[in-house]
Amino acid sequence: MSIRVEHINKRFGDFTALNDVTLDVPDGKLTALLGPSGCGKTTLLRVIAGLEQADSGRILFNGEDSSRAHVRERNVGFVFQHYALFRHMTVFENVAFGLRVKPRRERPSDSEIRAKVTRLLELVHLDWLGHRYPAQLSGGQRQRIALARALAVEPRVLLLDEPFGALDAKVRKDLRRWLRDLHHQLGLTSIFVTHDQEEALELADQVVLINKGAVEQVGEPAQVYSQPATPFVQSFLGHSNLFEGRVVSGALQVEDGGLALPAGSGAEGARVAAYVRPHEFHVTRETSGPGIEAKVARALELGALARIELVGARSGRPFEAEIPKRELAQLALAPGETVRLVPDALRVFPAQEVAAE
Amino acid sequence: MAEAALQQGVAARRGFGGPALWAGLLLVGAAVFFASRGGLVPSGLILALYALFALLGVALAKARSRVLPGFRLTLAITILMLFLIILIPLSAVFINTAQLSWSQIWSAISAPRAVASYKLSFGASLLAAAVNVVFGLILAWAITRYRFPGRKLVDALIDLPFALPTAVAGIALTALYAKNGWFGAFLEGQLGIKIAFSQLGVLVALIFIGLPFVVRTVQPVLEDLDAEYEEAAASLGANRAQTIWRVVLPALYPALLTGFAMAFARALGEYGSVIFIAGNIPLVSEITPLIIITKLEQYDYAGATAIAAVMLVVSFALLLAINALQVWSARRTERS
Amino acid sequence: MAGGTASLYARGRETQRGATQDPAWAKWTIIGLGLAFFALFLLAPLALVFTEALRRGWGAYLKALTEPDALSAIRLTLLAAAIAVPVNLVFGVAASWLIAKHRFRGRTLLTTLIDLPFSVSPVIAGLVYVLVFSSQGWLGPWLQESGYKIIFAVPGIVLATVFVTFPFIARELIPLMEAQGTEEEEAAVVLGAGGLTTFLRVTLPNVKWGLLYGVILCNARAMGEFGAVSVVSGHIRGLTNTMPLHVEILYNEYQFSAAFAVASLLALLALVTLLIKTVVEWRVARAQREGA
Repeated sequence: MSIRVEHINKRFGDFTALNDVTLDVPDGKLTALLGPSGCGKTTLLRVIAGLEQADSGRILFNGEDSSRAHVRERNVGFVFQHYALFRHMTVFENVAFGLRVKPRRERPSDSEIRAKVTRLLELVHLDWLGHRYPAQLSGGQRQRIALARALAVEPRVLLLDEPFGALDAKVRKDLRRWLRDLHHQLGLTSIFVTHDQEEALELADQVVLINKGAVEQVGEPAQVYSQPATPFVQSFLGHSNLFEGRVVSGALQVEDGGLALPAGSGAEGARVAAYVRPHEFHVTRETSGPGIEAKVARALELGALARIELVGARSGRPFEAEIPKRELAQLALAPGETVRLVPDALRVFPAQEVAAE
Repeated sequence: MAEAALQQGVAARRGFGGPALWAGLLLVGAAVFFASRGGLVPSGLILALYALFALLGVALAKARSRVLPGFRLTLAITILMLFLIILIPLSAVFINTAQLSWSQIWSAISAPRAVASYKLSFGASLLAAAVNVVFGLILAWAITRYRFPGRKLVDALIDLPFALPTAVAGIALTALYAKNGWFGAFLEGQLGIKIAFSQLGVLVALIFIGLPFVVRTVQPVLEDLDAEYEEAAASLGANRAQTIWRVVLPALYPALLTGFAMAFARALGEYGSVIFIAGNIPLVSEITPLIIITKLEQYDYAGATAIAAVMLVVSFALLLAINALQVWSARRTERS
Repeated sequence: MAGGTASLYARGRETQRGATQDPAWAKWTIIGLGLAFFALFLLAPLALVFTEALRRGWGAYLKALTEPDALSAIRLTLLAAAIAVPVNLVFGVAASWLIAKHRFRGRTLLTTLIDLPFSVSPVIAGLVYVLVFSSQGWLGPWLQESGYKIIFAVPGIVLATVFVTFPFIARELIPLMEAQGTEEEEAAVVLGAGGLTTFLRVTLPNVKWGLLYGVILCNARAMGEFGAVSVVSGHIRGLTNTMPLHVEILYNEYQFSAAFAVASLLALLALVTLLIKTVVEWRVARAQREGA
């Protein structure tokens, strides 16, 4: 089922949690709502679920307006950040709950419930835990039970609030892969909220970047990473070196040198900001041509890559570059040595947009 | 009438709850005022009821679809019962007092027996609350910090004054401290200290009923007080006395003060446990609640009501003070 | 107290002890003082009730409890509690659901108002109903015409009892329900559960022990209330006398053993209440340990 979010506004007192959010979630896809904490992503998820009422705007499920529908009627599966497992019920009863509270006419028989819960517990590989209580489970197990419970009512969409937020790094990684596989297996339209970019980029078919209650960019993971639409997306995803200055004869002039700009980056004399990711830098010993002059502070070898920490030759600002380890060996850089940084690619934004960040 | 109010509420829609609430309270005040002018009790009642339904209506209208069910139902039950059982009857005290002339009120509340009772009730309550602060702290400290035989029993029985009917406490304390009682025989017979049927008896009874308050407010704070603070103080060179004096006790002040205020408030209104042991000698050992009862028994409803109004004003002031204290202490603990 | 011990502490012989340990003499002084106070003010009255009750032997004890006036007082007390406790149960559950699970304007004000009866003298709690329902009261003329009697009758006793026990159950439940948060209830609603189902199957199991204690405490207070009931009862023997009022009458007639016999029943009720409280606290603590 596809979901459409139209012009949603939501305020809590003086705080604007969602500011005119419009968004399409395609059928069967896994969508991530990504942003810093307090950006409104959880509120958006709760508005979609019906756990929160928007002040204005519409939510459409398969093109049908569901804004006025109660949570109960929306038939969504919701996995809470802290799982919200019923602590006085066994795992089995937790998963069975949604079936047992159905109106008598729709309620499956006891044996059907038993069969279905068993199947779901098998799906999450925890069929041997049915008789335990939530307090006796590990965090990862609780997470999977919460998912099984949400799936028991055969929801039309699955909504997950920070699904891996409360887990430690190792479990998180395993569960991520498992959730990805499960999504492929079920093909259920799913939305999850996260503040972890790695999680969003690795898991999702579509990433929605949210900042201060507004959507900054929607796109596939590779696309938002390589073609950020706004300075926020650029600086939120991965590391970037930021250069601000004026456009002088087609190049960005800064204290430590100049950067060649692609055509149409800005009018002559305009203030712009350019972002360069560390791996987009070339490090050379050439003393002329475009580029940034910087002193090597130190070089770190990390697996196949080497990270070089530098400071601007004149400005003293810190920069970061990443080059293949082999290249580093060839260069044989000495600390204190002055080199030239030349970007392969960069992205330019008008400077006032950056300042607004 | 109620329906109209409900519709007004619907019209008011959003962002109107706070002002409406205060408007409701203002209406109750207006009811009191009108009653005092025309002596029209029904008009007062009707106004109070109107205020009630206006309040209910606005609050219900505001409750647009909420996720958790039952908001309207529980709000209606809560407000209806609160008004019908507590607030409207309580406002009777003020409405009836307002119907009296100033001289009637003054002569009732300034009668010598009444004034003597204020002094006793206030003095004994203050003293009892102070004793409870000291021994309550000692008891709470012993229970939370030390292990000793019978600790669990002591902990469980601390709440006895909450659970034991006050009349039972009253006759038991009287029998204990009477001239021929277990304690009285020694205190009165040997030392000549008369407790039962004197002001000291009032104090003893008030200490009894106020005992759990300080213990129960201090205990959780002491339990939550991380040993780290004391260890930090010690590691910074403080000796044990300095640690307790400058680190532990300041953390307990809000709880001690709250416990004191609660014990004091309870003692002011206490009746059952006191009247047996006090002896109820006019101008000497009569407490204020007893004055109200005496006036009622003489069918002096006006006098009883006027004195009740004085007591209520004091109680409400104390309640506000306790609330403010709790807010203050919550803020203090949040910050750390 | 701390001032006195503080100066003694300062002699500084704590080199051997842990940083947070008190010296043995201080420890035992504090325990000793605490226990002495405890024995003097709590244990002694309790012990005295049972000693006095049984002073004239079991025969006299049972006789005091089974004479007609005592039996009618017991019946009336049970009746008043049987009405007052369920009324407060309904109110307590409704109010705590409202306050603990919802956010709305005026919520703190409402919480304060619910606590109001705690700070009102029981005597005034009785008085207010006299002002409303007695023959000189607001509704007096109307009541007389229609033949209902509230003051100096059972309804008045029930009303006064409801008043003084009003906050008990809500007070126990609100902090418990607040501590639980609303996530489990939200989860239940998302899974399609209705309001009543959510409350009965998700909320109630989590707070049942606190609810039980609230009910028991409310019951103890309802059966033991003296001041408020005393004002509205009229002390009509065999008709409007509750157990505490019966104790008073016996005591004032110098029938001490009989008075203490009836009092001992109420004291037993108090002890059972405290026992249940201890069990409940133990269970809640265990549940929290497991939940963590």
